[in-house]
Amino acid sequence: MTPARTSITPPQDDPVKSPAPRALNRSLLRRVVRNTLVRIGVGALLAVMALGLCAPWLGTVDPNTGDFMNINVVPGTSGEFTLFSGESVPHIYWMGSDSIGRDIYSRLLYGTRVSLAIGAQVAIVAVLAGTLIGILSGYFRQLDGPLMRLMDAVMAIPGILMAVALVSFWRGGMATVVFSIAITEIPRVARLVRSVVLSVRDEAYVEAARTLDTPTHKILWFHILPNAIAPLIVQATFICAAAILVEATLSFLGIGLPADVPTWGSVMAGGRVQFTERPDVVLFPGLFLAVTVLAINLLGDGLRDTLDPKFNKRAGP
Amino acid sequence: MLMLTLRRLLGTATVFLLVAVLVFLMLRLAPGDPAVLLVGDHGTPEDVAQVRAYLKLDEPLPTQFLVWLGNVLQGDLGRSFYHHQPVSQVLLDRVGPTFALAMVTLLLTVCVAIPLGVLAAWRHGTWLDRSVLGLSVLGFSLPSFVLGYLLIWLVGLKAGLLPTQGYERLGTGSPWTTLRYLILPAVTLTIVYTALIARVTRATVSEALTEDYVRTARSKGLTELRVLFRHALANSAVPIVTVVAIGIGMLISGVVVTETVYAIPGLGLLTVDAVQARDYPVIQGVTLFFSAVYVLVNLLVDISYVLFDPRIRY
Amino acid sequence: MTTEATPDTVLSVRDLTIHLPRGGDRPHAVRHISFDIHAGEVTCLIGESGSGKSVISQCVMGLLPSGLGVDSGTVELLGENLLAAPPGRLRSLRGTRMAMVFQEPTTALNPVMTCGAQIDELLVQHTDMDAATRRARIIEIFIRVRLPDPPRIYASYPHQLSGGQRQRICIAMATVLRPALLICDEPTTALDVTTQAEILRLIDEMRRETGTAVLFITHDFGVVADIADQVMVLRLGEAVEQGSRDAVFGQPREAYTRMLLAAVPPAVPAPRPPAEIGAVVVLASHLDKTYGASGWWRRSQPVYAVRDVSFQLRAGETLGIVGESGSGKSTVARYLARLHDTNGGSIEVGGHDYARLDRTAQSALRRKIQIVFQDPYRSLNPRRTVGDSIVEGPLNFGVSEAQAWQRAAQLMEQVHLPAHALKRYPNEFSGGQRQRICIARALACEPEILIADEAVSALDVSVQAQILKLLDEIKAAHKFSLLFITHDLRVAGQICDRVLVMHRGQIVEEGSVHRVLADPQHAYTRSLIDSLPGRHFDFGNALLETV
Repeated sequence: MTPARTSITPPQDDPVKSPAPRALNRSLLRRVVRNTLVRIGVGALLAVMALGLCAPWLGTVDPNTGDFMNINVVPGTSGEFTLFSGESVPHIYWMGSDSIGRDIYSRLLYGTRVSLAIGAQVAIVAVLAGTLIGILSGYFRQLDGPLMRLMDAVMAIPGILMAVALVSFWRGGMATVVFSIAITEIPRVARLVRSVVLSVRDEAYVEAARTLDTPTHKILWFHILPNAIAPLIVQATFICAAAILVEATLSFLGIGLPADVPTWGSVMAGGRVQFTERPDVVLFPGLFLAVTVLAINLLGDGLRDTLDPKFNKRAGP
Repeated sequence: MLMLTLRRLLGTATVFLLVAVLVFLMLRLAPGDPAVLLVGDHGTPEDVAQVRAYLKLDEPLPTQFLVWLGNVLQGDLGRSFYHHQPVSQVLLDRVGPTFALAMVTLLLTVCVAIPLGVLAAWRHGTWLDRSVLGLSVLGFSLPSFVLGYLLIWLVGLKAGLLPTQGYERLGTGSPWTTLRYLILPAVTLTIVYTALIARVTRATVSEALTEDYVRTARSKGLTELRVLFRHALANSAVPIVTVVAIGIGMLISGVVVTETVYAIPGLGLLTVDAVQARDYPVIQGVTLFFSAVYVLVNLLVDISYVLFDPRIRY
Repeated sequence: MTTEATPDTVLSVRDLTIHLPRGGDRPHAVRHISFDIHAGEVTCLIGESGSGKSVISQCVMGLLPSGLGVDSGTVELLGENLLAAPPGRLRSLRGTRMAMVFQEPTTALNPVMTCGAQIDELLVQHTDMDAATRRARIIEIFIRVRLPDPPRIYASYPHQLSGGQRQRICIAMATVLRPALLICDEPTTALDVTTQAEILRLIDEMRRETGTAVLFITHDFGVVADIADQVMVLRLGEAVEQGSRDAVFGQPREAYTRMLLAAVPPAVPAPRPPAEIGAVVVLASHLDKTYGASGWWRRSQPVYAVRDVSFQLRAGETLGIVGESGSGKSTVARYLARLHDTNGGSIEVGGHDYARLDRTAQSALRRKIQIVFQDPYRSLNPRRTVGDSIVEGPLNFGVSEAQAWQRAAQLMEQVHLPAHALKRYPNEFSGGQRQRICIARALACEPEILIADEAVSALDVSVQAQILKLLDEIKAAHKFSLLFITHDLRVAGQICDRVLVMHRGQIVEEGSVHRVLADPQHAYTRSLIDSLPGRHFDFGNALLETV
């Protein structure tokens, strides 16, 4: 004999919590902007970029012309610089000149543009290609095996060697260099995106989307890819930093961009021979390079800490 | 265990085959006549004809690849017209110093990076943690050749403590001298490599410290030291060893640059010289060699996972 | 209601207040908590999620997560104030005088150490027994916790054992040095109901043998009814009611306690109005699904997820599929929703054989079958608004945007949520509210068959009752068939007309839910019912007396 039950008095329906900021992105942006590392990184980077952009107005001369009257001048000398056209202008050699009379200070500032441009281009190419491969690999099981083997093979060839081999075999200019460096970074991006796709693919809300008959491309675009955006941004900054380093190394070794394009690496390469007398030719640009790359790496670290930490652990330098 | 090894070997062989294809294509798809490229500046027209016949360059590309691959598997990596020797011979001559440098670096890195990473993870969020992180970012941002020159300048030229250029092979004098030549280059490389390994160690160990089994271990009243090593680090072994293996690629890149800076007559310097001399067979040979090393090391590490994690049963 | 500390008081907590880190949803995890536990006694802390019950146990052990701190109060273990003890002293007490068993046996053990080694290190830390004595002691405790083949278990790794076995190892680890206080934090929540019954029996036996005081934390009233001597009901960090089990359950004073008791599904279901049952809409015949039988797999034993399962679902009916983990119930549900394939058998929906249909026809059919999943925290895309999630289905089927949003607004009202909340994100809603949204999302497609795959299992018991009521309501309004998957027979009893009991991939019993609960035919069903905690306790009766 079951006694009649008292009716269930439902508790007060939890009121829907007070609205969060309208876009989730707004609070995220605020956190990003407040992060110390991001601030330092962006600040330093902007300063470097400014130097590069304003190079023509900061007391520089043509970086590729050498004044044979003023070779191996020590830093700080003020004197004259003979332009290509033959006329002489007063000039202070802030960082001295190299063995064929080119002003190192000018080369450094103009080189900023090249280095930053290469860094950005490599990052973009690597992220786009890597994301495509990562999505295909992660979502379509049949493609996973072959694509990952290919990525393994690319990763097996050490970065510098791959770049060295490609650039020396294929010669050419900026495009070859960007392409060669980007290839070495693609596998890491692909693996990152693949791991994001693999873990999100089995989430309940993706399964739900499938029962709702959502077509594959929409599932990828609305449900899966958004999870990859944050780690991709973080990874892109690290790739940019690495690319600048690799390009500098290549130029330093005498490979890479043609001689008339000033880069930090080629400036330092010029200083190799006379290192014992003029260590500053290598060390000054080296410092510049280090500060720039450090700024980008700090930015990447800051972004990693603030943006959606779940997948960011896999993104790294 | 047998199935495990067989599966891994099959996977590795596939990867190596793909590497071979990539390396082959890199040269063959370059502009210019491959025979002329391979012979370089120091060859004669007869050499060009010889190479063309030997590598069957008139046949379709897949056939060329098979011929080339066949040669490679038999140890024939072509001929360096610059050195007037088979490439394999050239490689053998120069592999010693590189190997020594790599080994010293590896040893130094593991001894420094892992304890540093564990320490940072344990004292998460404190100044110790932040300084380890800071140092590692710094290590990552300095290009290795700048670091190399910095060390040469400070230690070698200013303080005169250690030799900065050149090398003495093992067997021709005391091993201590060889070591002296290797210290600066090894330290240069170690700084970058440590930055990577310390970071990963710190990340994985600090994550492991948040796991349930660490909570259980603490609830048993175990000392923090034991919890840190026997529980947290033990479970982080697989990711850390993985990064060490993947970092070999980075190490090799660093070796190329470091040998150039310190004038150590190893494979790295060989490569750079070969680029200047347009000695393509050597470039190709070195690339193939280093890739093979990387693949092999990763295979060994994969197999070693079984030691670290009993759940892994291939 | 606290008693004065007597000589056999093992744990004495007075006026304990613990704060949460800044930015939490309330300033304190728990406030002014006081209770005593005597030797051989079981005190249960019961409350819903977020009530702070786990925090108390962590505080006793000295394992509070960073950010939480004790504001005031004392915690005395055998007369010693734990809050004032230095870390070294606490370490020496852990494992020897007080020990803890946690909720998830899967992750509580170190995966790279053998089970024996994990207990061994405990003995090494706290005693000076030699190796042979330690091993003997471990084997002995393995026998006491009823583990089969102790030497083999000693050398095994945790992943080689089942969930129940792992929990026994955790209990062995906690009790090997005979602590005065054993804390159990939801130790059986992650286990099957039959395993749960065994583990509870085990804990009870050991308590009686050694006179250990037990602090047992749970959310399950049935468990409390079975094992508790003293009970404390917690809500949002405050003690709502406490006293002996009979007092609290028999004469609950507070409205909150009464409400919780009323929400517990009874062992004997209330009679339901007969449903209007129509023709057969789903006819499943001889379904088979085996994992690991072919290909490169190294499994020597293929896993038979579903074996020869046949059933019918009629229009307007609520059919329950009840089973423990590994019974195959989820596999059947997912096959019906076309989320993966079987190896054999067929399903006919509305007369059409699924497998024989082409893509467009399959698509059309798929819309008619919708699912509500188990975990409300993971079933909604956190980056899309709730409204976007609800209209996704209709938009896929070609409904215009305006119409889709209108429908979404109507559905939100039907699930008792305000329509303006469509613009919010999932993280602004509670678990129960999210589950309602998932129901609305499923309804947006106007399904003929709704599958609820453990849809209430992850919810607090009071919320569970609400959702079940909601399902009944909308089923009556929209007239679809409901396939209700659950592991809890009592919950099935509250909502289902007919029920299938599955065990190891096969249907072992079938019939009306009343009949199955009152008069189970199959041995497995009987064991399932016998294992239900608190089935001897008539929660309904108790309430009647207070009305």
